[in-house]
Amino acid sequence: MDYNELRHLADSWGLVFLFACFALAVWMAMRPSARRYHDDARMIPLLDEELRDEEADR
Amino acid sequence: MNVLFQTGAYLLAAFMALFMIATATTWPFAAHGVVILAAAAIAAVYTVGGARFTPNGSWILPDHPEDRYKDDVIRAGVIATSFWGVVGLLVGVVVAAQLSFPLLNLDTEFTTFGRLRPLHTSAVIFAFGGNALIATSFWVVQRTCRARLAFGNLAWFVFWGYQLFIVLAATGYVFGITQSREYAEPEWYVDLWLTVVWVAYLAVFLGTLVKRREPHIYVANWFYLAFIVTIAMLHIVNNLAVPAGFSAKSYSLFSGVQDALTQWWYGHNAVGFFLTAGFLGMMYYFVPKQANRPVYSYRLSIVHFWSLIFLYIWAGPHHLHFTALPDWAQTLGMVFSVMLWMPSWGGMINGLMTLDNVWDKIRTDPIIRMFVASLAFYGMSTFEGPVMSIRAVNSLSHYTDWTIGHVHSGALGWNGMITFACLYFLTPRLWKRERLYSLRMINWHFWLAMAGIVLYASSMWVAGIMQGLMWREFNAEGYLVYGFSEVVAAMHPYYVIRLLGGLLYFGGSLVMVYNLWRTIRGDVRAEAPLVDSSGKSAERPLPQPAAAE
Repeated sequence: MDYNELRHLADSWGLVFLFACFALAVWMAMRPSARRYHDDARMIPLLDEELRDEEADR
Repeated sequence: MNVLFQTGAYLLAAFMALFMIATATTWPFAAHGVVILAAAAIAAVYTVGGARFTPNGSWILPDHPEDRYKDDVIRAGVIATSFWGVVGLLVGVVVAAQLSFPLLNLDTEFTTFGRLRPLHTSAVIFAFGGNALIATSFWVVQRTCRARLAFGNLAWFVFWGYQLFIVLAATGYVFGITQSREYAEPEWYVDLWLTVVWVAYLAVFLGTLVKRREPHIYVANWFYLAFIVTIAMLHIVNNLAVPAGFSAKSYSLFSGVQDALTQWWYGHNAVGFFLTAGFLGMMYYFVPKQANRPVYSYRLSIVHFWSLIFLYIWAGPHHLHFTALPDWAQTLGMVFSVMLWMPSWGGMINGLMTLDNVWDKIRTDPIIRMFVASLAFYGMSTFEGPVMSIRAVNSLSHYTDWTIGHVHSGALGWNGMITFACLYFLTPRLWKRERLYSLRMINWHFWLAMAGIVLYASSMWVAGIMQGLMWREFNAEGYLVYGFSEVVAAMHPYYVIRLLGGLLYFGGSLVMVYNLWRTIRGDVRAEAPLVDSSGKSAERPLPQPAAAE
């Protein structure tokens, strides 16, 4: 594959592919059903770690 | 790992170092052999000396698995960060003084600006920043995964291996060993060593994520992981080189403009993933923790993450405007740099809005104040950067001291301040102290650093824009108006102001080191609290109530 082919792949299908990946990643974050996941993950640094360990062991 | 294998590996390294010394054709290469030999010998002695037999008969270094988290290596990281911070800032002050007063080059090859400048940049970015990233990532990944660091004492190998990399890089610059790639100056054998250490770092971090007890991977770890993985990729590709025999010299695999683009793809993403993504990992854990509030929007943090990842990697070509790089690639770099403004400000807003409803903490909590200042500088320098990447602006700013001012508002403001705040957060917790030695000394540190940054950045803006305008000024006959030496002479006063700013910032770091040292000793300074019982700030003497009220 020479420079020209690579360069044209980059500004056509390559661009489409990467943009689709990005759009998918943003959709995964923005979709309504992600809210529950985010509400949990958001609190991780503030929760009492030892208490949660005990809960997990129970 | 079995101590026998470990010691064997150290002895093998020692033999290789002996081979280096024996076959060296230049003395700096032999000197590096001596450094490696000493490191291998010390490591072997400490490994054998510290090793214990376990009841089942294996001979290992004790790992104290009864401790909930592996914090000893983080304590070492806090000390190393403070130490290299002071060293890196001091060398920065020295090189700033050399630019103002060339006599200070001292007329030896070892102390010229050309050799000390990479010593300064590597010391502050890789030694200070790198140690801060390794230490905080170990802290954050253990707490947010509720898991002890994976692979036991491998974390110690990462720590000491990284210090050896720093020592080899720093001594190499002074000895005159360099492959002349900015921020990637160390030669091939040091690069290979860093690769080994970095793979171990990735293993420890990933291993801890894998054995986590928390169902979710908190977003700070995403940023840290992106930093570790991307730096591995950048480091390997940019340092592909063919050594000229077994010597301290190599030649890049690429040539011409491909080489330049590889270098700035590396250089810009070292900024993007080392100095931005990694430090954003700190921000997403330590700001919520210190404010005792969850991050403003978790959803925004995810979008922030993916936008940063997808955009940053394309921005490098803006370092090569008006070069042999094809125009379309220059434009691509510029467009992606301008787009980067959005995720950067998204991240800044996310960090600042975490303080929603607790804004008074900026007044009452000096650590929060440092975090807020660092985020403000993050926002400012990530606005300035895209502006400077625009080709028309770049034609004025490139190769001038405006760039130096921009880099330092990011490095001193964003990276420095957030690291200081994290060190103040970590030290009392790591050494199980009730509180810091002194909160008021954080205030002193804060204002010294702020005054230093203001002097530094503003003098470099003025110097840089003046320099750019003087370079391009030509008269009616089409001749350039100013000679190079006239431009240098015109910048002298601003160089002196910059030196003063650097001294203030360096002074602030000394205040921090004293405060941390007394905290570690367990001392508590007798001082009036920053806030009185009515919630009024007592930073200054409180005003006397007016008689009429």
